[in-house]
Parts: sequence; structure tokens; C-alpha cells
Amino acid sequence: MPVRIEADAELPELALDLTPTLVVSTALATRDFTPVHHDPALARAQGSADIFLNILTTMGLVERFVTDWAGPRAVIERIDVRLGVPAYAGDRLSFSGAVASSEDGRVTVRVRGRVSLGDHATGTVTLRVPDDLPEEDG
Amino acid sequence: MTDPEMTAEELHELARGQADLGEVRGAPAPDPVNAPMIRHWQQAMGDTNPVYLATGVAPPAMAQVWTMPGPGERPDDGSPVTDVLAALDRHGCTGVVATNCEQTYHRYARLGERLTPATRFTDLAGPKRTALGVGFFATWTVTWYAEDGAPVAEMLFRVLKFRPSETGPTTPYPLRPAVNQDTRFFWDGVEQGELRIQACADCGALRHPPGPMCPVCRSVARTHTVATGRGVLYSYVVHHHPPVPGRETPFAVGVVELQEGVRIVGNVVDCPIDKLEVGMPLRVTFRRMDDRLVLPMWTPEEA
Repeated sequence: MPVRIEADAELPELALDLTPTLVVSTALATRDFTPVHHDPALARAQGSADIFLNILTTMGLVERFVTDWAGPRAVIERIDVRLGVPAYAGDRLSFSGAVASSEDGRVTVRVRGRVSLGDHATGTVTLRVPDDLPEEDG
Repeated sequence: MTDPEMTAEELHELARGQADLGEVRGAPAPDPVNAPMIRHWQQAMGDTNPVYLATGVAPPAMAQVWTMPGPGERPDDGSPVTDVLAALDRHGCTGVVATNCEQTYHRYARLGERLTPATRFTDLAGPKRTALGVGFFATWTVTWYAEDGAPVAEMLFRVLKFRPSETGPTTPYPLRPAVNQDTRFFWDGVEQGELRIQACADCGALRHPPGPMCPVCRSVARTHTVATGRGVLYSYVVHHHPPVPGRETPFAVGVVELQEGVRIVGNVVDCPIDKLEVGMPLRVTFRRMDDRLVLPMWTPEEA
């Protein structure tokens, strides 16, 4: 079923348990080998509570959160993220979002990813959703 | 490197020089955009969107992945950013935290094409007081080009390089502010080194402490402004007894009249009790109480 895109429409929440496996596998899948994303002892020695998500993963999860909702026809044009508190292994990351504007198939979605310490990422995603346009592309 | 520490002015001069270099090309991606890395990325993200592999394109948020250095490789070789960050390290701003990541995708990268990054240093701002310590905001952009020279994706990246406070890890501070839907904007601001004051979204009147309704026009529409953080001591008390958990007595609690006109309660610090004086100029200072709490306090303007 095509998504309903109206101003203020809310996206279904996406909540992820940040297991060490998730933190490490996403760090490596984004080719980020910085030790604070896979080595708990080193992360703690540098003052962190634990290993934490890398930024390339935060961007990827924001993208996934929006395309999970908008569907495979959506074309992502821009992701703007303001980074907040770290998303540590053992925490839970919950994304919420709502349509901020929708005009001629171009949609802006406000996104917020929260962990127990507060906002991990807040921002906007701009996408084109051709469902609202006449069928033309193959 | 044993270069001497630079002054803030010299840091800005270095930053201007790096910005004047314009866009500096890096090495092309070691591998072309390819299905195994896309599949691996999607599995790790839990992203089941079939469109990428079905149509032979990469998820756009993978833009940076194609040009990440491998383990043991030096990142950012030849990038105009490297020298600025190294100089900030020598300046004592060894802490780093990313604050903004903004990516624009002109189109999705296609299987088989090899992307080349180019980095432009754009801005150094500071020194600024932040919740983490005094630091500088450094901003740069990266553009990924296709083989035909057309840009595929662009990224603006900003980090705060800060001088870590010397207090080290702390025991939890026993008192917590009441954070709720009315006051969250204030505490979110404190975390970012901003003193936010609630404003009526209709008539613009400022009010503090935050409340649900404008006392001037009775509108419930609200927003906030960022205060300059400067004011004068309007009134104060000195607390001697009883003991307060997490505090050493005596300490001063002031009512500070902000330049913006509203008054706010906070501790006055860095000032001997007998030097407190009604009317003295103060500026806000953000003090980290423990891993999770920063409190705005007030310090003499000249300190």
C-alpha cells in the first residue's frame, strides 16, 4: 500500500536494541575501523561508557528509517543530521518522525533518534516519492 | 611534530590558508561501487529495501563508505583538514565530537563506477564556551565525483574540537533538574552550551522560568531564543546551612538579570563570597556536574 504523505503524518517508530553485534557489524560494514566502535576496553579508557555507533551508521539508520516507511520508490535527496549524545552499546535507539512538508512529490521528513541519554540525532530527510506523480519511469 | 602551540589568531590564519587551498582531491576509491559491499551494509543496517540491488545502485548514505581508509591506513592524507585538526590538538583541544553531518545526493552511485573524493576546508569558529569545554568548531565539505567529473554526493561535516575539562570522571551529582516537556528545550540548550530563554511565538515576549502560557498575550504558542549569556547580579543569598548533597558550603545563589530583560536563578561561582555585589556584571558558564548533567552558572564578567 502506498504511504500516505500528508503534512504532520507520523512515521512508524523504529526501535533498535544496540547490541555490541549491531554496533560492531555496522561500523565494519561502513568501513570505520576506529577502535571506539569495536573495542570496549579502549573506548572506556578514552572516557566513553562503552563502544558506540559511528556516524556513517547513524546516517544509514536515518535513511533506513525513512525508506522503511516511504518504500522502494522513494528517492533520497538529502539527509541533514545534527548529532547529539552517543548511542552506546546496551542502549536502545528509537527513531520517530513526521512529515514536515509535501509538495509536488518532494517530501521533507523531520527525524529524531533518541537514546536513554537524550537525542542522539535530530534532523531532516528530503526525498522524492514518485507515487504521487503520473507513472512514467520504467 | 614539536611545533609550538598556536594562538587563536594563528589558528584562524592557518584555517584561512587551508580554506584558500580550495578543493583538494583525494585518492579514488580502492574499489568500484559493488554489490557485495552494498549487501553487507544493508544486512548490518537491517535495511531490506530491494531497490538498490534490483536497479544496480548503492544506498545514498553509503557515499562516504566507498572512500573510507582501511585499518592501519592513514585517513585524510593530503586533506586540507588534517593540519587544522593537528594544530587544534597542539592548542590543547584534544577532545573531538562531531556535531553536524549533512549529505546531499545528486543521484545514486551506480554499480561499477569509482568515486573520487575532494575535500574543502570551509570554516573555523571559536574559541567558544561549550558544555564540554572551550573549543573550536571546524567545518569542511567533501564532494564525491564520478569518472565523468560530475558530483554524485556532497557532505558538510562539522566537529567541535574542545579542551577537555581537567576534573576527569566524576561521581554522579546527587541532584537532578526537573526536565519535562516545558523545560526540555532549556536543558537541551545547556548540553550544547546555549542559554535558551522561552519566547512567545505570537507576541515575542520572553519569559523565564518556562511556562505553558504567555503572561502578556496569553498565547500558548512558544519558541525560544538564545541569550547572550550576559547580565548583572540582581539579588543573591549565601547558603551556609543545612548541608546540600554534592555541594560544599558556603555557596552563593544569585538572581541574574539578563541583558534580554528576564531574570534567572543560578549559582555564582569563581567569586569570593565577600566580593559579591548587587549589580556586578556576570556571564554564564556551563559546568559539568557529572557524566550526564551540565548546569549553567554565573561567573564575574572580568574573570
